[in-house]
Amino acid sequence: MSLSHFLSMGGYAMFVWPAYAITLVVLVGNVMAARASHRRALAEARRRLGMGELAG
Amino acid sequence: MWTWLHKFASPPHFYRLAGLLAPWFGWSAFILIVGALYGGLVLAPPDYQQGDAFRIIYVHAPSAWMSLFIYVVMASSAAIGLIWRIKLAHAVAASCAPVGASFTFAALATGALWGQPMWGTWWVWDARLTSELILLFLYLGYIALRSSIDDLQRADRASAVLAIVGVVNVPIIHYSVVWWNTLHQPATVTKMAAPSISTSMLIPLLVMILGFTLCFVALLLVRVRGEVLRRERSAGWIREVMA
Repeated sequence: MSLSHFLSMGGYAMFVWPAYAITLVVLVGNVMAARASHRRALAEARRRLGMGELAG
Repeated sequence: MWTWLHKFASPPHFYRLAGLLAPWFGWSAFILIVGALYGGLVLAPPDYQQGDAFRIIYVHAPSAWMSLFIYVVMASSAAIGLIWRIKLAHAVAASCAPVGASFTFAALATGALWGQPMWGTWWVWDARLTSELILLFLYLGYIALRSSIDDLQRADRASAVLAIVGVVNVPIIHYSVVWWNTLHQPATVTKMAAPSISTSMLIPLLVMILGFTLCFVALLLVRVRGEVLRRERSAGWIREVMA
């Protein structure tokens, strides 16, 4: 099976690949958002509890 | 058992354990998803009716599964938080919402991309699609309600009620293809008899669903760590953890 044949997805490339792209963006976006949310909470906790920049 | 449960739910213990477990779940999910991608896009043969368009199932069905599974986790932990006043349960519920909303969006978007070539339309107001759209609004309503209340404890309780009421939508979505005559095809995998899909097509789908679920566990652990910090009022253990 050639690469171009694979990429053409039997003529459904314009539906199959965007579907996979959207799902990939959602997965990667979730990983980044979860990590950012944890980092934000750490920074907030540090500020609230008056720990300054000493830890981290 | 209760002392163990109490220890597990204590913020410092959970924070450390979650930090330890999250990478394991995350990398297992990554390996499973990559493997399922290969199985679904390369190894599985094209469908005899739908050709290669059927391959959208490997991202559509796992996303739809996540949209429902995460909602059930969210509503259950909201109920536990409400009944037994456990902060950690509220933290879990709050962490579910953005993840669940994003996968509901993915399920709707990939479904539209599947509907256009198969049904000739991106969208139709049938029972399955409409109830899934309502699920998205439930998630968004939950997030909006939380962010509109400044006091964290009141936000926990009010949003928990919304999450619990909304759970009636979950069986409606699941059985919508049975109860109503819809354009959406009926269940492929969760039939009591043998699933109506061949093994080489089914295995990548099951692996993908498992991969997505483990990915959700990893995301949840990371997010709940943040929520635990937001609810913490004493500096002691946080100082210890961050040192």
